[in-house]
Amino acid sequence: MKKLLILMLTAVSAVAFKTADNGYKAGDVAADFKLKNVTGKMLSLADYSNAKGFIVVFTCNHCPVAQAYEKRIMALDARYASKGYPVIAISPNDPVAEPVDSYANMQKRAAERKYTFPYLIDETQNITRAFGAQATPTAYVLQKTDKGMVVQYVGAIDNDQEQANPARTKFVENAVDALMSGKKPAVTESKALGCRIVWKNS
Amino acid sequence: MKITAMQRNVRFLVFMALTGLCVFRADAQVKTISYAELQKRITNPDTLYIVNFWATWCGPCVSELPNFDKLQRTYKDKPLKVLLVSMDFQSKLKTAVIPFVKRHKMLAQVYLALRKSDQEMINDVDKNWSGALPATLVFNTKKHIHQFYEKMFTYDELNKIYQTNK
Repeated sequence: MKKLLILMLTAVSAVAFKTADNGYKAGDVAADFKLKNVTGKMLSLADYSNAKGFIVVFTCNHCPVAQAYEKRIMALDARYASKGYPVIAISPNDPVAEPVDSYANMQKRAAERKYTFPYLIDETQNITRAFGAQATPTAYVLQKTDKGMVVQYVGAIDNDQEQANPARTKFVENAVDALMSGKKPAVTESKALGCRIVWKNS
Repeated sequence: MKITAMQRNVRFLVFMALTGLCVFRADAQVKTISYAELQKRITNPDTLYIVNFWATWCGPCVSELPNFDKLQRTYKDKPLKVLLVSMDFQSKLKTAVIPFVKRHKMLAQVYLALRKSDQEMINDVDKNWSGALPATLVFNTKKHIHQFYEKMFTYDELNKIYQTNK
């Protein structure tokens, strides 16, 4: 049965509606950006002269999946910022369509939860488009190299939203650990189940 | 035997209560489904399957669910099966998914995705699925239909999909 299905899927792939898969893949060089932090200041990756790389996470206030991962995102920063891989959180949603994700509400949440990392708003959504994030939360592990910021991992933070499986794979941690020990991550991409990004005029 | 009005009333009430219980039970039924089971579920060659992936926490999903349910109601006697596969946390079956289904009294069959990881389920369903919700699969074995959409649907759009692929 499975073989038959696979055969049919192959046969009909021509009519399958392919989704836009633009955006960064592992190996691509990510462009720097300048976005407004909840502190009111503009922030760029170039401001971090001592960083070896970054854990860029597209996340937001309103999405329950992002909320489920909030503590894990905070833990990533606690664990890796001092080692040269700080977390940069970016909220991608249109605050008109999703008021919970307004700049003021971002400031509120960052203060309440005591974020130790910047929480940036992508007002034009151009950076989100450039990265190619489709849902919150989605993580990108970047490594600073001579070529620029090379994307080394794209996808989910781990494969266990509910933290129910002790044997879960911590994709982001594994990727950063590999980079810190001079290796390439074994897993460079995964799918991130989450809330579809709320685009302007959509 | 003479049946008094009161007896009749009591019988009627008991009958209604039992019927009510049955309806209530049917409404509240949400089965779990693995990808392997889903594959088997959608193999009737004469049926067009529209499988919507949603979650109780997904606002856009919840707002488009009535359109899917309306499609199933409209064509309830036709070879169309609308399956609503929830990607809610598996621990939320009793606390979120079943109460949601009870509240909304949906005709379309609701399932909760049984999966080892979201990544596995997402890739199995369609390799082009980014993982964002909502997402919808249109499937029929006989006509080799496999369409995957990452978008929200109006009723008219769903109706068009049914009319085009039936």
